[in-house]
Amino acid sequence: MDRHQGGETIGITIKTLPEEELFTSGHTACGGCGAPIVVRAAMKILGPNTVTYFPACCLLVFGGTYPHNAFKVPYLHVLFENSAICAAGIKQALNKQGKEDVNVVAFAGDGGTGDIGFQALSGAAERNEDILYICYDNEAYMNTGIQRSGSTPFGAWTTTTPAGTKIGGKELFKKDIPKIMMAHNVPYVATASVGHPADMLRKIEKAKNMKGFRYLQIFAPCPTGWRMDTAKTVEVAKKAVNSGMWTLFEMVDGVITLSVKPKMEPVDDYLKMQGRFRHLTDEQIKIIQGWAYKKNEMDLKFVEAFSEDKKE
Amino acid sequence: MVKRVVTGNYAAAFAAMLARVDVIAAYPITPQTFIVEHLSEFVNDGLLDSAFMRCESEHSAMSACVAASATGVRTYTATASQGLALMHEVLFIAGSAHLPVVMPVVNRTVAGPIGIWAEHNDTMPQRDTGWMQVYVEDNQEVMDMTIQAFKIAEDKRVLLPIMVCLDAFILSHTVEPVDFPDQDKVDKFLPPYRPDHAVLDPKDPMIIGSFSPPEYIQEVRYQTDETMRNALEVVEEVNAEWAKEFGRDYGGLIEEYKTEGADAILITLGTVTSTARDIVDEYRAAGKKVGLVKLRFFRPYPTEAIRKVASKCKAIGVYDRAVSFSAGGPSWIEARNALYGYTIPVINVLAGLGGRDVTEPDIRLMFDKVLEAAEKGEAENEIVWIGTRGVKP
Repeated sequence: MDRHQGGETIGITIKTLPEEELFTSGHTACGGCGAPIVVRAAMKILGPNTVTYFPACCLLVFGGTYPHNAFKVPYLHVLFENSAICAAGIKQALNKQGKEDVNVVAFAGDGGTGDIGFQALSGAAERNEDILYICYDNEAYMNTGIQRSGSTPFGAWTTTTPAGTKIGGKELFKKDIPKIMMAHNVPYVATASVGHPADMLRKIEKAKNMKGFRYLQIFAPCPTGWRMDTAKTVEVAKKAVNSGMWTLFEMVDGVITLSVKPKMEPVDDYLKMQGRFRHLTDEQIKIIQGWAYKKNEMDLKFVEAFSEDKKE
Repeated sequence: MVKRVVTGNYAAAFAAMLARVDVIAAYPITPQTFIVEHLSEFVNDGLLDSAFMRCESEHSAMSACVAASATGVRTYTATASQGLALMHEVLFIAGSAHLPVVMPVVNRTVAGPIGIWAEHNDTMPQRDTGWMQVYVEDNQEVMDMTIQAFKIAEDKRVLLPIMVCLDAFILSHTVEPVDFPDQDKVDKFLPPYRPDHAVLDPKDPMIIGSFSPPEYIQEVRYQTDETMRNALEVVEEVNAEWAKEFGRDYGGLIEEYKTEGADAILITLGTVTSTARDIVDEYRAAGKKVGLVKLRFFRPYPTEAIRKVASKCKAIGVYDRAVSFSAGGPSWIEARNALYGYTIPVINVLAGLGGRDVTEPDIRLMFDKVLEAAEKGEAENEIVWIGTRGVKP
């Protein structure tokens, strides 16, 4: 049985995106930050009939440190690791008040989603709570000063995986949170990127129009933490997809489709644009390249195995 | 009104139904499990029209209650022991955001070593989270206080969350006759919750919980403190109204038993009170001038009421079912703080930790120690461990 209803997109594009800003200018994100691109676009699509939730994360601070506020819709912050359950609590309470039409969205970083927030996320997904969960993935704990998270890629410098003389950056690989969410068999799971805005908008709109638990993980570079040019956010995000470092796909009711076929360009260009990879040895770059190939191969098999024609 | 023979857990669950809670979020933990089981039965039998979130942890259960309460509805959860410890960081949010969540806590020892029996070392450490705490003595009081808890918590002068603390097994799993209040009378006593300070509604946007610099947080603390003090009066008012409507008067913040003319007064909390009441009768019959105070509310702390009690006796003993290591029992520490400047001895009697039975001989010994202090005007030992292997009381 399908766990969702709806899901039809009316086709919002960059040109037809509503002009009204619900996440306004004046917020205090760093130059080039990918997160506000996600939030601004999502709020335009979700519209004013929305309640939002943020954990302790960059967005909580740059979106509105009291008495300032960049949001024109209500928001709640409770703690760090409970975004999914708090959004679910809001939704249940709205339903009890007869306000079933209100969208409830949680925006959270990768650490608050896949590390400390994972238990609440998994629980809410298992119960198919009727919320949209958007993870802006900037691959580390940026708000607290660039510490590694489960989402930090191999080799990356962070303040807790420094480029030391003995160990150069993170020794472990990026945690594949989207696939873990797919394993929850929720109505909608998708990855997106600020480097592919049309695809991102389409997915946000699709998720908005569905019911049940919807999960979006959006690749959002952090120039401050990635030690990169603040003007290159979109370019770096594009290169991540083109090199196979980040895969764009979506799962609707168990059917997985690839959104953009990776070109599998060498990872070197992507890595060279970011100071967090500056220390890498040739051997480490080889490991990352190998990881990208392997990931691509696995992703294609995965998509094939859960494609429409494999569905009974 | 119907009289039924039920467990404390059943009374706690039924009271939530009578209070017509909108959102319940809970996670099972011994010895609270029957509460969530009964609520599940009520929901699945169509008796209770609540959203029931069967969460994956207590941390999430409390988070859901906080979020739902912030959205403007009546919320309820229940827990015990480790579950309450896991909720700890979420408790502060309910207190500071003025969210009147109601939560029975079945007092159970917190590990280690792991155990499941009665101790107050789960609720006592939550003293400073902005939650009110009432300790109850029997299953009728579980029922009555759970309903009263909503009224106290939702009062506009208070707007603070509240724990109804009941001893593990002694109440949670023991059946007693309980008067079940009529629904229409409860509806009259407890009107629907209609907040205006915490409502997440896109039609009138509000932010709850924004990141706040030092310029603002101290005032938030002051307000929580102020409203906790306001609760002192509200507790008494709600008790009086309950007594008028339902015929049971619990005394409000504290209940005094034969304190008039008493030289030695024991302050208890929880189920030990019942046994202590019997010993007071026994001692009084033998001509010994003892009295009893049942401390009901630990937060807000009834400082004035305790001072009044102290001004009419010669010595006070404070019973604790928890200990703050090297400093004494929490209830004793609070009583001593309230009685700063008083010259009478105030001793601490510790017993029943980890769920050990507190027997009549234990309580006689407590009164004997307080009587001795009353007579001498001083106590040999301020902190007395009773019934501890290898330790002389």
